[in-house]
Amino acid sequence: MTLLAWRKLKNTGMTLLMGGATLMVLIPLILIFVHIVKMGLGSISLDFFIHIPKPTGEAGGGMANGMLGSAFLIALASTLGIPIGIFGAIYLSEYGGSKVSGLIRFCADVLSGIPSIITGMVAYTLLVVPMKGFSALAGAFALALIMIPIVLRTTEEQLKLVPNSLREASLALGVPLWRTSLKVTLRSAMTGVMTGILLAIARIAGETAPLLFTALGNQFWTRKLTDPIAAMPLQIFNFAISPYEDWHKLAWAGALVLVTIMFALSLTARWFGRKKGLS
Amino acid sequence: MNTKVKLEDLNVHFGKTHAVKAVTMDFPGNTVTAIIGPSGCGKSTVLRSINRMHDLTPGASVTGKVIHDGIDIYDRSVDPVAIRRKIGMVFQKPNPFPAMSIYDNVIAGYKLNSRVNRAEADEIVESSLKRVALWDEVKDRLRANAMELSGGQQQRLCIARTIAVKPEVILMDEPASALDPISTLKIEELIEELKEKYTIIIVTHNMQQAARVSDYTAFFYLGELIECGVTKKIFTTPEKKQTEDYITGRFG
Repeated sequence: MTLLAWRKLKNTGMTLLMGGATLMVLIPLILIFVHIVKMGLGSISLDFFIHIPKPTGEAGGGMANGMLGSAFLIALASTLGIPIGIFGAIYLSEYGGSKVSGLIRFCADVLSGIPSIITGMVAYTLLVVPMKGFSALAGAFALALIMIPIVLRTTEEQLKLVPNSLREASLALGVPLWRTSLKVTLRSAMTGVMTGILLAIARIAGETAPLLFTALGNQFWTRKLTDPIAAMPLQIFNFAISPYEDWHKLAWAGALVLVTIMFALSLTARWFGRKKGLS
Repeated sequence: MNTKVKLEDLNVHFGKTHAVKAVTMDFPGNTVTAIIGPSGCGKSTVLRSINRMHDLTPGASVTGKVIHDGIDIYDRSVDPVAIRRKIGMVFQKPNPFPAMSIYDNVIAGYKLNSRVNRAEADEIVESSLKRVALWDEVKDRLRANAMELSGGQQQRLCIARTIAVKPEVILMDEPASALDPISTLKIEELIEELKEKYTIIIVTHNMQQAARVSDYTAFFYLGELIECGVTKKIFTTPEKKQTEDYITGRFG
């Protein structure tokens, strides 16, 4: 065999190897999605979106309380987690001395690496035990703890990309540093920051473990912040491990809806990212 | 001669680097003073210490005094934000706020700080743009994004933004070095007009520019003030050998 033919062979071999690896990445995703669609699509109806679960054996029933509960938990966690993450990031990028910043950055990285079930246990100890009951509040708190390091680090990275000339332009006009940070630096980085926020939301939307001993789940509507609340991942978990066929169907439908929502969030995040790339 | 800004034994360090060494000099009011010297001689550093832009540079320390209207701006009781409103700055590269319209850029010094009423804002925008001779070019598209303007127009917009907050002193850090000759000429004409109302300190690489626009010239070399005086004298009969070598192009 000539040297050239050998090289061509090596090239073809490597191309196939890498193409194959890419396929291996895609296959599980496609399989999961196809399976969920197949199992879930039949159970999705209007009832699914507007009713709470019915006792097993009764026809109909949906996950309206779980969807609204998840939306509520995400909203509450976001109002807590996003401002803390963003303001923390502004401190790190615009104010912090290098030593303190390094420490905070390290802590944030450790925090984001903590298994989410541990985060749930922390929320249990800090909120559920003293308040003597599972609650929406505790669930949102646990989710916020997961959100903070994600928002913090993505926002910090985006703020660092803002050219210094913009900060200087604002400071030279006699605008104080805090206003410059909020109205010029953060505003310039806003599309990137939004991408980070959406990814953080997509992440917590699917979290089940931290809700197990905080929000607990609820078969009915929740009326108070201090009551247990339903959430989609929890409901899917509970229905899936139940012995009833009609609840299994609901769980599949729930999984389909949840995956679709997360897919949409990721797409929106990418769209935001792309818009930034163009400008 | 009325002194508007006075440097007294000014030293700037960046970490271990001694960038500006014991500079003492006066900047007379309503004149243009050019700071010239080769790259790395500390001229921009001197300029940026006049409105405390080094405050936010990690590792930078300034000692000595910068006296503006009799007050040392590095005194503990002085708020750097208030100083920057009186001593504005125009940068080397035009840096309009990219997310803002032409109108919003001019009024940015007000809008970023507080609310302004509409009529007042309109008035400030028009007069500032007229002062920098940009009004006729942009009056029909004030709401357009500032990045749509040419480089020279952007720089004039930045000057308009600076004078909109009514400073007393304008610092210019090589304001024309990123511009074409025609835009440069416009900026130079503008500087000539602005000195009626403001005291201008301009850093420039371009010696012809210094000779054209300035009343006084200061020559820096390796962080030290070598010579400073009336521009005509610096360029025709400098006292120091180093100054003569530099302006005749023997180094730098």
